[in-house]
Amino acid sequence: MRLSKAWLVATRDFKVFSKQKNIWYPIVAFPIIISIIFPLVLNFAQARNAEITATNLTNLMNSFSFFFIIGAAFIPLSIASYSIVGEKVEKSLEPLLATPLTDGEILLGKAISALLPTLIVMYAASVVFMFGMNHVSFDKLGYYFYPNWTLGVLLLVLLPIAAVLSILFSIIVSSKVADVRSASSYGLLMFFPFIAIYLASETNLLTLDVNNLLIISGILLAVDVALFFVSTATFRREEILTKWK
Amino acid sequence: MIDTNNLAKKFGSLTAVGNLTLHVNDGEVFGFLGPNGAGKTTTIRMLCCLISKTSGTATVGGYEIGNKADSLKIRKIIGLVPDNVGLSEHLTAYDNLDIYGKIYDCTETQRKDNIKRFLEMLGLWEKRNVLVWTFSKGMKQKLAIARALIHDPQVLVLDEPTANLDPEASKTVRDFILQLKREKKTIFLNTHNLNEAQRICDRVGIINTVLTAVGTPQELEQSVSNRKTVIKLEQITDPILKALKNMPLKNLSSETNTLTFNVQDPDKENWPVVEAIVLAGGHIRTVDVVGSDLEDTYLKLVRKEV
Repeated sequence: MRLSKAWLVATRDFKVFSKQKNIWYPIVAFPIIISIIFPLVLNFAQARNAEITATNLTNLMNSFSFFFIIGAAFIPLSIASYSIVGEKVEKSLEPLLATPLTDGEILLGKAISALLPTLIVMYAASVVFMFGMNHVSFDKLGYYFYPNWTLGVLLLVLLPIAAVLSILFSIIVSSKVADVRSASSYGLLMFFPFIAIYLASETNLLTLDVNNLLIISGILLAVDVALFFVSTATFRREEILTKWK
Repeated sequence: MIDTNNLAKKFGSLTAVGNLTLHVNDGEVFGFLGPNGAGKTTTIRMLCCLISKTSGTATVGGYEIGNKADSLKIRKIIGLVPDNVGLSEHLTAYDNLDIYGKIYDCTETQRKDNIKRFLEMLGLWEKRNVLVWTFSKGMKQKLAIARALIHDPQVLVLDEPTANLDPEASKTVRDFILQLKREKKTIFLNTHNLNEAQRICDRVGIINTVLTAVGTPQELEQSVSNRKTVIKLEQITDPILKALKNMPLKNLSSETNTLTFNVQDPDKENWPVVEAIVLAGGHIRTVDVVGSDLEDTYLKLVRKEV
């Protein structure tokens, strides 16, 4: 596996994405919602209801921060759907497969092209989020809530695992569908486990503390490994040319 | 350059290509003719190591198909133009070529030189910074050929390069292939355009799951020949008929002022007949050769298989 070759595939995709505005909408919109809208909502909620306690406030901020994981699952989905199904639609995968690149290099390149923008925008958004949340919560808490270990584990451990999960899932879905819209629709299935975790935390069935986040990360990592084997078996030249829809 | 020996591909119980044995020489333009579903694209995909073979052996440039280590080497010496051009529509013409040049490990100078050379040859240099989705079908096809040539491959494999092109674009593409032929590039051309095969190819193979015939277009025409020479005279006289009776002509017939006989190689066989008629005092109006050309041959061979 030559990383330089995988990087070439990724840079080719980046160039294509740079000309495709519709790919950028979810990439830009989701981080803006989390990093700007959520602190504003919190600020508005405090202004309207002075009875919000410090505990409620920290719980709310922890809940909001889980949206980074939902975003990490959502953004690569739209990129990977385009990068693989889009190529299928444009029929531009066959000439790429005819080059002296290995299946693994092409697959890794596609994964990088979906993962890298996700990590960049989500980490950039997390900085804005931390500043915003600290700003609106300082008066009530009397200290800066972020950074903390919970958000650290969430961003540095769970977020990349969730993003990789989304990419691998997209690759598998891409082999079964013939257009980008269908790929995105199937990809929505990815949200259910994350929404379930979020709802569990909202209903106090699950606390999103460091321990639980590490357990969730471990489970998702195991799923990642399983999906990796399925996706590498799916993303093979012969499969793509003869069995993909 | 390309050798196959009983190469076969099956998809389940369906045989896509059966026991294909052929040899393509270095610097040769080899046309692969066959109806839709005959196994042309499957053969190309096997030769380009895109799909596996079921049985048999094949080598490209001395490298063995099916050998994992050789697969990358084969793909490195081949330039493929698939039936769908498969360009990145949202990239410029230049970027489409440049990225492939990088993938093939071309140096920056080599990439710049080849991009300029091929885009100029194909009349696309002025459009190098234009996004490909704005291109016509013909322009895209030409760009796809340039992409396949960016690394100076030993073998250029073209899958239906003029399908769905208007006559002018087809001619441009055909002329470019002829130019590559003059440069002694080995070309494997999938087509069902018989006129194109006749004009471009040194040899052709006719496939309908199995290879039915291989040879130069002329050899194939002769192999299934029912060509006739038709000579129109001012008048058919007894001395003329007497002169022709002594010649080994097949199925000679005369009707009003027209003589007809079967012929295999008109260039060689017609002139003694013409000479005999003239010596016998005949006045010839026209000499025509009618009947089997490559199209007839193709249809006969393909139908024979069906």
